[in-house]
Amino acid sequence: MSQTIQIKAFGMIAEKIGSSDLSLDNPGTLKELRAQLESQFPDLVGVKFSFALNKKMQLADSEIPAGAEVALLPPFSGG
Amino acid sequence: MNRFSRQVILQGFGLEGQRKLQASSVLVVGAGGLGCPALLYLAAVGVGRIGIVDGDQVDLSNLNRQVLYGEQDLGKNKAEVAAAYFQKKYRDIKWEIFPEVLETGNAKELISGYDLILDGSDNFPTRYLVNDACVLLGKPLVFGAIYQHEGQVSVFNWGKNSANYRDLYPEMPAASEIPNCSETGVLGVLPGIIGNLMALEAIKVLTGYGKPLANKVLFFNSLNSQSYEVELSPRPESSLQSPQTWEALESLDYALACEGVKQVSWEEVMGKMNSNIAFVDVRELDEKPELNCTGLWKIPMSVLSEKQDFLAHSEEILLFCQSGVRSLKAAQTLISVFPDKKISSIKGGMNALKKS
Repeated sequence: MSQTIQIKAFGMIAEKIGSSDLSLDNPGTLKELRAQLESQFPDLVGVKFSFALNKKMQLADSEIPAGAEVALLPPFSGG
Repeated sequence: MNRFSRQVILQGFGLEGQRKLQASSVLVVGAGGLGCPALLYLAAVGVGRIGIVDGDQVDLSNLNRQVLYGEQDLGKNKAEVAAAYFQKKYRDIKWEIFPEVLETGNAKELISGYDLILDGSDNFPTRYLVNDACVLLGKPLVFGAIYQHEGQVSVFNWGKNSANYRDLYPEMPAASEIPNCSETGVLGVLPGIIGNLMALEAIKVLTGYGKPLANKVLFFNSLNSQSYEVELSPRPESSLQSPQTWEALESLDYALACEGVKQVSWEEVMGKMNSNIAFVDVRELDEKPELNCTGLWKIPMSVLSEKQDFLAHSEEILLFCQSGVRSLKAAQTLISVFPDKKISSIKGGMNALKKS
């Protein structure tokens, strides 16, 4: 089983990361993933976004299964 | 043969679908980049009664995406121009025009009169307000929003066990965290696509034809034409975060809840000026129109951090700029410097003063 996870970033999160697709070693949980992303990309500190794990929104902390796709979904306000 | 014959012959839609549309009503909140295309198709498909609420005027910079308006409409109210356009085009729709901003004070009256609400607003406080009002009134809400080259669409609060905006984004973001079209730019086609998807979702909810995006959020990227759909579930915590009664909703300051900054109107500012209040123009010195009055400080954003000590002796600080965006950011900065002072930003800035 692959312990790599695929990150898909949207909107301003993709801009701050500098890419919309990213492969990472699985940090274990969404909480740990956020901490890892924030240390790797300090621009993300304090930025609000939601996680989708294998295309399901996860607002509580969750374990990240092997090979998962994790989407980083910020709110948009424009109209 | 009538103007709906091509959709009436669709299997599963038929005369029954048409009758449902003719008997239904939609309130479009914001006749801007999303509202314009959505309105075009809601009107074409034959929704019987359509309300438009928008307190804004047509500006030249709107015309790349707000396709209902032309150069002859500059300065006119959007809800009025849009309704006049459609009244000439179709005779079978009842139009209701609200040339005002949707606020906590009028939300109940406006929203309760319609079967479905379509949110084409352009700011987080309005989006949370529309969502919470729809939750309280049990109205389905078609949601759409854009950021630069990307859009989001969903149907909230449709039937039982349906998620809403607070299930997607429980924490209210500030405008300064996520720039809008006027700051990042936008190709008009993107709100055109998202607004059309919103009209489509509204038609599906009203007729029962097809499957609405309830408990789902669709993301669309116009640069690579890719879409991404995620599943959303209602959470018990979300219903506790939104106001439980109208009294609670009406007493909530949505702008303050999002921004952490109190926003005031020119009317509230006029007449309360005194020597304990620092009244500050944060525009650069060459910006027009110039405002001159006694007790006014001119401290442009570019030098605010160097000159903020000038404000140390004032009990209260009132900030304004051209449109209210920079003064909001200035207020957020100053609140962290002077946490004990009362600091507010004037809503709409100089643009709002010209209108008031």
